[in-house]
Amino acid sequence: MKTPIKAIVITGYGTNCEMEMAHACRLAGFDRVDIVHMSDLVEGEKRLDDYDFLNLPGGFLDGDDLGAASAGANRILHVRVKETAERLFDQLRRFIARGGLILGVCNGFQLLVKLGILPLFDGNYGSRDVTLTFNDSGRFEDRWAYLKAEAASPCIFTRSMAGLYLPVRHGEGKFIAKDEKTLERLRRDGHIALQYSHEDYGGATMDYPANPNGSVAGIAGICDSTGRIFGLMPHPEAYLHYTNHPRWSREKLPEEGMGLLIFKNAASFLRNPG
Amino acid sequence: MAVRIEIGFREGIRDALGEKIRRRIVQHLHIPVDDVRTVEVYTIDGSLAEEDLAAAARGPLSDPVSQRYSVGIPIASGFDWLVEVGFRPGVTDNVGKTAREAINLLLGNKAPPALDVYTSRQYLLRGPLGRAEAEYITVNLLANELIERCAIVEGATWNRQIAPYIPRVIGEGEPKTQEIDLDVDDATLLKISSERVLALNLAEMTSLRDYLRDKSVLNARAKVGLGRRITDAELECLAQTWSEHCKHKIFNSRIVYEKERGRRAVIDSLFNTFIRGSTQEIRRRMGERDWCLSVFSDNAGIIKFNDDYNLVFKVETHNSPSALDPYGGALTGIVGVNRDPFGTGLGAKLIFNTDVFCFAPPTYDRQLPKRILHPRRIYEGVREGVEHGGNKSGIPTVNGCIVFDERYLGKPLVYCGTGGIMPARIGGVPTHRKVIVPGDLVVMCGGRIGKDGIHGATFSSEELHEGSPVTAVQIGDPITQKKMTDFLLGARDRELYRCITDNGAGGLSSSVGETARLSGGCEIDLKQAPLKYAGLDPWEILISESQERMTLAVPPEKAESFFSLARKMDVEATAIGRYTDSGWFHVRYGEKTVAYLGMNFLHEGLPRMELEARWKPPRLIETPLPEPADMGEALVAMLGRLNICSKESIVRQYDHEVQGGSVVKPLVGAANDGPSDAAVIRPLLDSFEGVIVANGICPRYGDIDTYHMAACAIDEAVRNTIAVGGRLGRIAGLDNFCWCDPVQSEKTPDGRYKLAQLVRANQALYDVTKAYGVPCISGKDSMKNDYHIGDTKISIPPTLLFSTLGTMEDVRRAVTMDAKTAGHLVYVLGMTYDELGGSEWYALHGTIGRRVPRVRVAAARKLYRALGRAMERGILASCHDCSDGGLGVAIAETAFAGGLGLSVNLSSVPAVGIDRDDTLLFSESQSRFVVTIDPADRNRFELIMKGCTHARIGEVLPEGRLRVMGRKGDAIIDEDIGRLKKAWQQPLDF
Repeated sequence: MKTPIKAIVITGYGTNCEMEMAHACRLAGFDRVDIVHMSDLVEGEKRLDDYDFLNLPGGFLDGDDLGAASAGANRILHVRVKETAERLFDQLRRFIARGGLILGVCNGFQLLVKLGILPLFDGNYGSRDVTLTFNDSGRFEDRWAYLKAEAASPCIFTRSMAGLYLPVRHGEGKFIAKDEKTLERLRRDGHIALQYSHEDYGGATMDYPANPNGSVAGIAGICDSTGRIFGLMPHPEAYLHYTNHPRWSREKLPEEGMGLLIFKNAASFLRNPG
Repeated sequence: MAVRIEIGFREGIRDALGEKIRRRIVQHLHIPVDDVRTVEVYTIDGSLAEEDLAAAARGPLSDPVSQRYSVGIPIASGFDWLVEVGFRPGVTDNVGKTAREAINLLLGNKAPPALDVYTSRQYLLRGPLGRAEAEYITVNLLANELIERCAIVEGATWNRQIAPYIPRVIGEGEPKTQEIDLDVDDATLLKISSERVLALNLAEMTSLRDYLRDKSVLNARAKVGLGRRITDAELECLAQTWSEHCKHKIFNSRIVYEKERGRRAVIDSLFNTFIRGSTQEIRRRMGERDWCLSVFSDNAGIIKFNDDYNLVFKVETHNSPSALDPYGGALTGIVGVNRDPFGTGLGAKLIFNTDVFCFAPPTYDRQLPKRILHPRRIYEGVREGVEHGGNKSGIPTVNGCIVFDERYLGKPLVYCGTGGIMPARIGGVPTHRKVIVPGDLVVMCGGRIGKDGIHGATFSSEELHEGSPVTAVQIGDPITQKKMTDFLLGARDRELYRCITDNGAGGLSSSVGETARLSGGCEIDLKQAPLKYAGLDPWEILISESQERMTLAVPPEKAESFFSLARKMDVEATAIGRYTDSGWFHVRYGEKTVAYLGMNFLHEGLPRMELEARWKPPRLIETPLPEPADMGEALVAMLGRLNICSKESIVRQYDHEVQGGSVVKPLVGAANDGPSDAAVIRPLLDSFEGVIVANGICPRYGDIDTYHMAACAIDEAVRNTIAVGGRLGRIAGLDNFCWCDPVQSEKTPDGRYKLAQLVRANQALYDVTKAYGVPCISGKDSMKNDYHIGDTKISIPPTLLFSTLGTMEDVRRAVTMDAKTAGHLVYVLGMTYDELGGSEWYALHGTIGRRVPRVRVAAARKLYRALGRAMERGILASCHDCSDGGLGVAIAETAFAGGLGLSVNLSSVPAVGIDRDDTLLFSESQSRFVVTIDPADRNRFELIMKGCTHARIGEVLPEGRLRVMGRKGDAIIDEDIGRLKKAWQQPLDF
């Protein structure tokens, strides 16, 4: 059993869910949880190498001005860590190669996709096979969605869960793949970890608003082939306690919110790898 | 040489924005259009190699999966009309700024020394349109000509070229300072005030003239090289500082108030007498338990949350700019009010927004007066501005409301409120106090200064007129502000500054002028202030209201750490001078003094206004309406009223859950779509202590008597708070008055009446807040909400928004408004009177009536306390207040939000003087609730309610029908709740 396990939550330049994401990590039992501003990484004062679990929270990196997380991805790809030749992206690759866990939520998912880190076919860093684009409704929406978890996926975050009920809060969450072949491969290799569904967590749905953005195949979250890198549009850190549930005042619910499971799975994987 | 990079969607990828625009053209402008596609255009001004341009286009500017790009060659094809919309010079271009930073980062060392990026958007329209229609669509939907320029191109004759256009601001010559001779006659003084948009009256101009005749003043001025003439910087600074917006001249005036039958009273400041007066008495009464920490003195009010944390709350309006540019105006409104709690005490982390809008109906279909945008455009623009401002800042928009009335056509009201939380102490120092020591550096931090927002404060102190300045309009930049607030919270916790305030109305002249009172003076050099572009005169730098700026006092020994943290976090911060104890507001441009004003004169020299008010109750009659034949249809009609119907389409576009502490959301119930009464959040995730946010606003009652309008607004906010689990004694209030000009003049012949309306509203505020023990902790007034162009004058109805900030010990005790379980008992709490005056029921029938709802504070207070006790014991299954549409609407909402039916017997409803079913159903008597409880709790509940008006009126049904039995025992309503809900959801579902 590994101890201590350490989580880093990145913030800055428009990120805004860092507080609740760090809270989720603490509740999940991480021994150390640091909220780290992007500038601390750029200055070299903090390094990803010192952590086991990288959290990329929701928000609007650089206002999503050039498309969701596009300018944010551009920063990580090109900014160099002070007094080294290393780009932040290199540090990130090293973190992945070392077996670190990454969770990208909403804007963090958009960031992983735009960095070419998801779905990461054949370890081909930077390759762009999928994207997240404007919701079919043409608007930002905050609404809760049922999510069916794919048992066959290697995703370590969604292990042993049938489904989740979480809020989505985005304007650019429609998942699309480059082509049919890419989509087929995502399916075949278990990259599709979460899909929008109806309340019964049955099959994936294209019905609005159960599928809130028109994502193809109802895709709400995908992972890489190892299952250690996971991105999803819905917000697990927004449902940590039953009082977050929109109907808590009328339904009998467990104390712990469903979203916490994602973080607990991460902690337990790190404690007992394999 | 500038180059255009164009980005369009790939074949087969949905253009959701284009589709939305098409729907709006068809549905709102009623012009048939087959298809709309959009193209994003980046005009790159800087010498970039071809391969670098391609890399930028491929990299951060476009998405390889969903988009395609083109460098230098237009992407457009197959359209009938092309409309390209870009910004005018000097208008904030947030996307352009981000693109420039991204390209610089991408190119690293290869980045050109001077790079600018300007954005525009193309709309490619396909359909049977002529030029006139294309222009109509452009002017009425796609572009706001005040801030944007557009090109319209016909597909058939297009030469496949669009020349790059650079909206660069060209600086005009050397910065200069003018001197103005005020030793002139009265008429000339007034002319100077009006020509310079100073909004100063004769008494105020005269006191400036007198000031400059004072020998000691002239001697002091001589020493810094100034003479007997006032500089433009001084004049503008005084106009800002003395504006209605900043000094609340009407609220502080001496008013001779003539009541009915000629009885007279003198009111020595409405603010001191009624608002501060009530708060002082409540605080005295609370004694040791007083939880108010800072009221009326800072940018926002501060109260205790618990021993370790304080709460901060402020509500502002941004009406005039929102009339001219709804998107930019509202965006600036929300990010602007964010800076108020952020700049209060030592600075607060922002935890919620709450927004209230007053619009003319979006269905307005008559000729629009000159310079007025269609209400639907205002609605959509304001909604989007607040969406971007709130969502991008990561602050949950926890609740709000919209009031519709045609009189908001001339000026919409955009109330934006923000709350914050701060540690009670940092480094052992209480955070709610403000201190500055002479010698501290004056530091400006955040955005740069441009000409935007010049005359904002004086402009908002004026009616909307033909010459309203374009520069008053600006566009906020939430990301620059977010970067700045991230930095400043870090600097706060490292104790790197001593004092913080925001740059809002009046810019530096106000932020530095105000904070300099803490040390006793200042000396600043405007040449140090970073500018967006050259060509600003010193007076413009001094009063510009460019957004996203805070002013700080930084102790010299902390300066190095402060500036190095700023650099690291990519935030611009500049020392522009020092605080002093000289007694002078001293402003230089380089070595040359451009303003030198005595601190005392600047802040205390304003002559007091003397005003007259005369109250004459309006002559109104109330003729009974025929009782409706079908009460079910009447209820359906009421549920579809704009002031009652669901606002879900707007609510969902605001992130109401970010920060993870959402407990009672704006939408609740079985299908997450019922209207909750107030918001409950948990700002500290490891605690169950909660914050309750509610609003009350009911301008229609003011048509009868503004006393009752104000009383009802306060009651509404308080009862909404009580409805979710708050309690009296733990609620603070904020008053926000939006009035039409109440100063008697040729333009305003009914000024005395409007001022009397203001007096009465304040009297009610005093009476009701004191009775409820709800201290006001901050407030705001906007007194010139009139539109006057040509012969058309439109004044808003006098409007008071009362917002409340409540606390609760345990959010797990919160209650929502939806019926929970079949078989539960339904109660009505509170007495129903014959009070249809100003009601939605009368408005539906085009009448006002006379019997306006009154707040009976003694009975209400008792009921609120009892209800609070019942809530503490967890007895209530649901609780919903009765407001617009009365009991009828409340029971319908309780039913359909719960997805359950309700049977109700009107003969059981406690009432006074009512002999009609429609009056029982739709009277808007205050301080009432519809609640449901488990039958097992009946005895306990009734025991607690003993002595308060309450009655069991029915029960929750398993089948989804609302069944109402009339007074005579006949079934008057038997409706499917699905039908009722649909009627309620449909009107604003676009």
